[in-house]
Amino acid sequence: MEFFIQQLLNGLTVGSVYSLVALGLTLVYGILHIPNFAHGALYMMGGYVTLTMMSKSGLPYWLAIVISMIVIGTLGVLLERLVFYPLRDAPPLHDKIAAIGILLFLEAFAQFVWGADYQTMPTPYGKVVNLFGLTLTAQRLLIITSTIAIMVLLYFFLKKTFIGATIIAMSQNREGANLVGININKVAMMTFMISGSLAALAASLASPINLVFPGMGHLVILKAFVIIILGGMGSVPGAIIGGYILGFSESLGATYISNDYKDIIAFVILVIILTIKPTGLFVRRGQS
Amino acid sequence: MIAVLKQKKIAALAILFALAFPLLIPNNYYLHMMTLSFIWMIAVYGLNLLAGYTGYLSLAHAGFFAIGAYTLAILTVKAGLNFWLAFFLSCVISSFIGFLVGLVALRTKEHFFAIYTLCVGYIIYLVIDKWDSLTGGVRGFIGIPSPANIGPISFQTPVSQYYLVLFFLLLVVFVMYRIVYSLTGRTYIAIRNSEELALTIGISTMKDKLVSFVLSIFFTSLAGALYASFIRFLGPDIGYISVMFDLLIFLLVGGIGTMSGPVVGTLLMTSISQQLQFLQDYRMLIFGPILTLLVIFYPRGVVGGVIHWKTKRTENNRDSRVGKISSHSSNEKQVKEG
Repeated sequence: MEFFIQQLLNGLTVGSVYSLVALGLTLVYGILHIPNFAHGALYMMGGYVTLTMMSKSGLPYWLAIVISMIVIGTLGVLLERLVFYPLRDAPPLHDKIAAIGILLFLEAFAQFVWGADYQTMPTPYGKVVNLFGLTLTAQRLLIITSTIAIMVLLYFFLKKTFIGATIIAMSQNREGANLVGININKVAMMTFMISGSLAALAASLASPINLVFPGMGHLVILKAFVIIILGGMGSVPGAIIGGYILGFSESLGATYISNDYKDIIAFVILVIILTIKPTGLFVRRGQS
Repeated sequence: MIAVLKQKKIAALAILFALAFPLLIPNNYYLHMMTLSFIWMIAVYGLNLLAGYTGYLSLAHAGFFAIGAYTLAILTVKAGLNFWLAFFLSCVISSFIGFLVGLVALRTKEHFFAIYTLCVGYIIYLVIDKWDSLTGGVRGFIGIPSPANIGPISFQTPVSQYYLVLFFLLLVVFVMYRIVYSLTGRTYIAIRNSEELALTIGISTMKDKLVSFVLSIFFTSLAGALYASFIRFLGPDIGYISVMFDLLIFLLVGGIGTMSGPVVGTLLMTSISQQLQFLQDYRMLIFGPILTLLVIFYPRGVVGGVIHWKTKRTENNRDSRVGKISSHSSNEKQVKEG
């Protein structure tokens, strides 16, 4: 039983990271209706920026994360301005390919600047904590709690503030939002800022457990896509729930089925979902 | 009419050049590069049929390329089949897997299709990577035989392999040409332009999409099988996403949805890669932005750009001369170009 709960906790940790990545992806999809394939590269860049801040400038972990969030958020805004904005009227195929181009560039860039080696990120939270008879590292506890904190913050931002409301409005109806005087460009930039910051945060939190390397975003982004299809493209609660579902099924699958094939679980889930319902689960009404 | 004749002339010249290439440049290294880029061209033609003409961006094609290659390897080495039988079977088996995938994948649209196929591609890669006993896993698969003799013709020398690959390339181009300029091709273009409209005018879109998907995979796995017999060594990396991106770049630079795009794009990009060899892994520093800029400014690549420029010029000429009739014929031209 204890072993089982331990696995659930692992799932909670992994699921938290997935949820954060999927949240950024789903926000951008809700606003611009593009699947941002470059999001995984933003995640990867986030990990490297935090690592560099810590190792080169000797900044404390938390400060490094904040800087990384700002840098990657700005990078996201730049992408929106330079790439997705000029493509706003192009067929959907073009957005996807442009995003793939960015992904390739950022990966090569990371390899060029930081090298292809796997790097470890030190963390001040390496201690082992005993909680109700369960052992887990403080880092995992940190991931779980800070993810929940961020989600609550994001919820209040979207529901209770005016700027958050404009984001929701634009994801519901772009033209309508424009008609009532919402500056679409500002909202799009804001969304990319949030999306990039979330990716950077997720990477910085996960890196001490995993490793930092140029290809670290590949699997994460693929799984994030699975999550937002699972939870409904553009749906915020869907991304959170989907992230945890995937986290749990992976950690349980790795234990009880096969550790080698645990990465396949996500894709098998996706294949099954799309086989039964080609438009994904939980599609919001009135949107295709 | 003149334009068509001109196109045929250019095509004939290109074929003549390809035929004479080993005589003109008797250099094994260049011959090797040329053969390899011909193989990529076949795969890119497969992708072009689906992404360019039918409008479905599949990101699983590298996976099917790998399936074609690995099936040939397994059938010849492990099952000990005759080469050409294995060659034929590997295309059929991959197409059949493609058919099964297509049945499900084609129910989804646009973004869902791209994401779905991306995941299918990744599953294929993971299976190849992990299924050690069948594929050799990370260590790779060695000792694949080169093409067996057909009667008195043997395919042991680089030159004969070059001609074999060229033969398949010309065959694929010919079949593509026949498909694209037939009613079937028009049907695909109709689906690309508007699936709802195509349904309304009585096209069974699901059936046509499926045929296009399977054909596209047939071409790609043919390229994969040729690759296996030419390189004679396989690693799981040929099914990885980076190969998929290479194919996409070739297609986009040349011109998505054009007949000559795959040839132009592949030749251009492989020769640029040769020039940039000192960059090795960093070549994406240049290719990534090229891909993005191309999509923003020249969404239809080199060939598309040239066609656009020509159409504009002839239209201007005609407008000044004939006026009325021009709009009709230029419409017709647009249909032809897709």
